Amino acid sequence: MSFCRRLALCLILALGLAAPLAAKAEPRDQLVIGISQFPSNFNPLIEGMVAKNYILGMGLRPFTTYDKDWKLVCLLCTQLPTIENGLAVPETLPNGKKGVALTYTIQPQAKWGDGTPVTTEDVIFTWEVGKHPQSGISNAELFRRIRAIDVKDAKTFTLHVTKLTFDYNAINDFQILPAHLERKAFADPAGYKTHSLFETDTTNPGLYYGPYRVTQVARGQYVVLEANPTWWGKPPAFKRIVVKAIEASPALEANLLSGGLDMIAGELGMTVDAALAFERRKRPEWDVIYKPGLVYDHFTVNVENPALADKRVRQALLYGLDRDSMVRQIFEGKQAVADTMVNPLDWCADPNVRKYPFDTAHAGQLLDAAGWPAGPDGARRNTKGERLSLELMTTAGNRNREVMELYAQQAWKRLGIDVTLRNQPARTFFGETVLHHNFPSLALFAWVSAPENVPRTTLHSDMVPSPANNFAGQNAGGYRSPEMDKLIDAIEIELDRDKRRVLWSQLQALYAEDLPDLPLTFRSDPYVLPKWLKGVEPTGHQAPTTLWVENWRAE
Amino acid sequence: MPQHLALRLIQAALVLLAMSFIVYALMGLMPGDPIDLMATGSPTMTPEDVARLKALYGVDKPMIERYGHWLAAALSGDLGYSRLTAQPVLATLGEPLSNTVALMLSSLSLSLLFALPAGIFAALRQGRLIDHGLNLLAFAAISLPVFWLGLVLIIVFAVGLAWLPASGVETVGGGDVLDRLRHLALPVVALAIASFGHYLRYMRAAMIAALRSDYIRTARAKGLSWGQVVWHHALRNAMVPVVTVLALDLGTLFSGVLVTETVFAYPGMGKLIYDAVMGNDYNLALAGLMLATALTLAGSLLADIVYGLLDPRIRLR
Repeated sequence: MSFCRRLALCLILALGLAAPLAAKAEPRDQLVIGISQFPSNFNPLIEGMVAKNYILGMGLRPFTTYDKDWKLVCLLCTQLPTIENGLAVPETLPNGKKGVALTYTIQPQAKWGDGTPVTTEDVIFTWEVGKHPQSGISNAELFRRIRAIDVKDAKTFTLHVTKLTFDYNAINDFQILPAHLERKAFADPAGYKTHSLFETDTTNPGLYYGPYRVTQVARGQYVVLEANPTWWGKPPAFKRIVVKAIEASPALEANLLSGGLDMIAGELGMTVDAALAFERRKRPEWDVIYKPGLVYDHFTVNVENPALADKRVRQALLYGLDRDSMVRQIFEGKQAVADTMVNPLDWCADPNVRKYPFDTAHAGQLLDAAGWPAGPDGARRNTKGERLSLELMTTAGNRNREVMELYAQQAWKRLGIDVTLRNQPARTFFGETVLHHNFPSLALFAWVSAPENVPRTTLHSDMVPSPANNFAGQNAGGYRSPEMDKLIDAIEIELDRDKRRVLWSQLQALYAEDLPDLPLTFRSDPYVLPKWLKGVEPTGHQAPTTLWVENWRAE
Repeated sequence: MPQHLALRLIQAALVLLAMSFIVYALMGLMPGDPIDLMATGSPTMTPEDVARLKALYGVDKPMIERYGHWLAAALSGDLGYSRLTAQPVLATLGEPLSNTVALMLSSLSLSLLFALPAGIFAALRQGRLIDHGLNLLAFAAISLPVFWLGLVLIIVFAVGLAWLPASGVETVGGGDVLDRLRHLALPVVALAIASFGHYLRYMRAAMIAALRSDYIRTARAKGLSWGQVVWHHALRNAMVPVVTVLALDLGTLFSGVLVTETVFAYPGMGKLIYDAVMGNDYNLALAGLMLATALTLAGSLLADIVYGLLDPRIRLR
């Protein structure tokens, strides 16, 4: 080896070693997080999106949220109102229906970043914005349900809500706005979504009251948050948190390895297959935590398809699909097989719900009974000689979904079913096919929900997308069951937890029997965390880990 | 010349007008509107919310009516707000535009710096070992997927050697010119390598064709030196097709470096336009695509002027 080559090799080795050492020597008062999307806006009320919720989780706090144990807790309020503690009082509305009066008290020390106290004036202003038809708020239902607000003092208020549901005290989406700053922008309600200070002056300290406030925004690249001096709770350990948006999983990994990132968020980071590949490469500096969550992958069945209208065919499909093996092979067992749309981690999940273990013989019997016997060539035909044919659809380019789809195709072909695939770009698949109920057999996609989420929008007969409801319904398979409707209606207003548990069991039993969807898995979010970072507790639901960012620390 | 320029500008205005309508209509034909997409991702949205938001964003009106409104506003200089970023379109375009111009000019310059001399050299040594070697290099560059190349560059120079940052435009908090150049280095090299092969092949082919022309033989017969023949006669003529390709590439480079921008998390026009089209952000997508069209037209006009400089027989009338 020549001298020059030796010199070059030594240089490369030295540089390769020196860089990580130099990085480790720096004090850890900054945390750099990678996420795969940049938020398109910052106003907490306009258009919910994971990236925005993740960042704003550090700067704002909702009144209530579900914690890591999926229990409802207060963040901005001091005590959850319940009927038992007298802070929630059922009331009869002028139309005779049942409503509820809920009294909340804002954390006494809560202040916006500019020192202005967070008060009931902010609550009233937020309500005005939320219910205004032109303000551009996507989820206005919450605000419309509030018929009046009584202000007791600067910190205490009572909401009069028009419906008494079991989750009456959950106002997770009531993200308050700073009235002293935002009122001017709301002078023109139709222009509020673009004139809000969250968009025009995102780094204004008065917009935030959490442990951190946004101090710098490089659109499309990163957001810098710094510790908020007016934060009333536990002081955060990091002075500065940088959230960088890097879309591609390989690029996220490369940035992690090069020291450009400290961690990758589970909520919006690597895909499971990319995280598994990362683990296989044995990187001792990081832990990969897979948190099973509420993203429910399933085939939605078009129950108006003549063959699939028979539930025996749907059941046969599920018996004929070895989902345990599928999850083992594709996700190395890191995801949970779903029995119904209720996650096993949810308190209302019924462990005794009907299961569909892999059983091709039973699947064959069900298909025979449904009038689809196998011919000498193995293909299943009905008495008219028509072949049992299914078309599977999903989003093109989503590798995990495409692999699950292929797995199902092979499994069902072995049952004698003719299975074809027709995938579409996500835009077409969701914007046209699913939305307009335009898939002939089965559509593979996921639902994201909250703990104890009543499946009204996905299973109620009123929610079948149609021009009549502006295609707002999400019961894309067209499932209609009076019994299911009745259970959904009953669960929503049943306040007694034990009675509700019984109703939930009945709903899951009906779902597992009727199979309006073919359950596949509950997706896991892979969190790639450096070993020195402690206190990050994945929730598995829509509330981001950043809502408890003050507990994160370097050790 | 002034007449020709005026005519071309009128043509360009008409092309831009037609393009704006075509783009608007094509986006209108895409499945679902922004509110439909919002509704599919938000289980809590009610039919009333959908109707209210469709009215608010104006997507409940006929496409022609919406286009008319957009055109009238655009002609008065108001490009409106981006639905995706909640910012004025011009403000949204500013940063990605400057990033893309920097990326585009640097990578194009770097690519041409190597590709044109290499192409000329290969043509002069046609059929020899060096020609085969350069051809092999060109085909390798053409065949390398940019995504893969980008990742390899990141792994070698950002992860392994830690010489350069893996992604972004600048160090968090803002950096100086040197910092921005360091961030620019890997995407520029990736793009330059990707286009190097094409330009080398174009240059080589054009040069070989020029060298086989009768006027070259005549020039040699007149006793001109080989150097004079190559540089004064063959090269000027060989540059004409290369300039045509370059002019057409300007628009593509401007809007079509999506993969490079994704790999290097480099916020440029390609990603911006893609997101705007996919997110049904009419205002932003139209502005971005109009800019790309304008750049292609400008490139074409520039090429016409350069033709005249390269070949005295070509005159603009």
